[in-house]
Amino acid sequence: MMIISIASGKGGTGKTTVATNLAVACEGNVQLLDCDVEEPNAHLFIRPDILDVKTITAPIPEVDMDKCTLCGKCAEICQFKAIVVIGKTVLPFPEMCHSCGGCMAVCPEKAITEIGRELGVVEKGKRNGLEFVHGRLRIGEAMSPPLIRKVREYTRPDTLTIIDAPPGTSCPVVASMRGADFIILVTEPTPFGLHDLKLAVGAVKILGIPCGLVINRADIGDDRVKQYAAEEGLAILMEIDFDRRIAEAYSKGEMLVDVMPEWKENFLNMLKKIKGMIAPKH
Amino acid sequence: MKELVVISGKGGTGKTSLLAAFATVASDKALCDADVDAADLHLIMAPGIIERHDFESGHTAIINPDKCTQCGLCRELCRWHAISEKFVVDSITCEGCGVCCYFCPEKAIDFPLNTCGEWYISETRFGPMAHARLGIAEENSGKLVTLIRQEGKKLAEKKNLGLILTDGPPGIGCPVIASMGGASAVLIVAEPTVSGIHDMERVAQLAAFFKIPTMVCINKFDLNPDQTQLIENFAQNKNITAVGRIPFDPVFTKAMVQGKTVFEHDGHSDGSKAIEKIWNNVSQMMGL
Repeated sequence: MMIISIASGKGGTGKTTVATNLAVACEGNVQLLDCDVEEPNAHLFIRPDILDVKTITAPIPEVDMDKCTLCGKCAEICQFKAIVVIGKTVLPFPEMCHSCGGCMAVCPEKAITEIGRELGVVEKGKRNGLEFVHGRLRIGEAMSPPLIRKVREYTRPDTLTIIDAPPGTSCPVVASMRGADFIILVTEPTPFGLHDLKLAVGAVKILGIPCGLVINRADIGDDRVKQYAAEEGLAILMEIDFDRRIAEAYSKGEMLVDVMPEWKENFLNMLKKIKGMIAPKH
Repeated sequence: MKELVVISGKGGTGKTSLLAAFATVASDKALCDADVDAADLHLIMAPGIIERHDFESGHTAIINPDKCTQCGLCRELCRWHAISEKFVVDSITCEGCGVCCYFCPEKAIDFPLNTCGEWYISETRFGPMAHARLGIAEENSGKLVTLIRQEGKKLAEKKNLGLILTDGPPGIGCPVIASMGGASAVLIVAEPTVSGIHDMERVAQLAAFFKIPTMVCINKFDLNPDQTQLIENFAQNKNITAVGRIPFDPVFTKAMVQGKTVFEHDGHSDGSKAIEKIWNNVSQMMGL
């Protein structure tokens, strides 16, 4: 139906607050995918009953040395230095491998097969009518995008999908924003917030997706985020002023819409604005 | 030479503000911004750039339509589905594995090196600084982090400085792993929230995985003293040194808005005093 991805550039601006509260405010026919697989937090607020856990692996090469002739073609094709010929053996470096399958395809002796490297887990659960999915990257695993793509495979076409993206602007963020119908960028009115917002807007422009802003702790800092939004023609969808009650509720894992129910209306209004900003997809 | 890397797991806990404050009080140090994806330290340090270099890393496939016979082998081999039915490579999806280029029977695929960012050597009012800017939506941030830390080290060696202060990225993935390897110690900036604790635990496990001495400090500790206590209990159990607590203090935002460190803005603020103590503990721990 519609995919809304929530991103920020800078970390700690309130992505998870916006994603979880929007999802809960919508009541039913909505799914929340937490794609911040390095540090997933949405479950701490949604507190879903986890119904299904899947271990996700990425294919990496395993070499049958009985068949290998040490020709070195696998090392030659690998762009990631993930497989090398040393003396009379071929040594794969699993943590460097991008799972492209090039070594296996090029091996003239068919000496390479693929085994799995664990990337992490994908957990699926429910809270009331809300469907919840997140990924948890294995500690020590470097590559999050393949796990993010696995989480996104749970997207259902018949419902509203809300994605909580990781901070930054590089590959994990792109993996969390691609194919979305709309991006909510959560920022704060500080120099760091503005600087990283500009980077995030740049990423959204490259992907060609409509976006709008949520300004969190809107009454701290300065006016430069609003000036920038006006110059760039970016819609301000919602502002959340700093309120110690909100900060304290957040610290305990309580949701804004539960603690201050008047916020539910604000989140629903934001959704209405977003729907008005994107052309219906058919 | 020693290197302190400030990390957090969760973003926005105050890594950069804290590191900038350390830069004010530490002596004989080089600075390094290893959060290349959303680098912010320069907003406080106002570096004067002395050297500017392109960061070249990774390749992207480009199909030459004049040579391409649309045989389809590349689309079959590409595990990223980066090649369209019209045989155009989507450069954002392309992983740079080169498999298509290697196997193309017509040699119709170019595989040029990407320029995916810039890195700089600069001078600041607190000493020399190595920093970078990864291009938006680019890959290889881990490699750029590794490069920038090597440059930071070279800077410190050249100028005979005993310490490198490195601002790390959030998360636990590739850039964070790259920012920690070989560090003398990491300092985790945690916040006393359920998400702050969750993320601190994960990044602490990562540091333990790489066997790096780990310290933790708690920012905005008074927001939830119970959670603060939980963090300190966790630290004690895991052989992590708790080096101090910082109160919630608007001075941090005020300093940032003016492009100053908290010490420059108001050295007598509660926030500044707390950081001074933390720095003393960190110095002692690291034998500075």
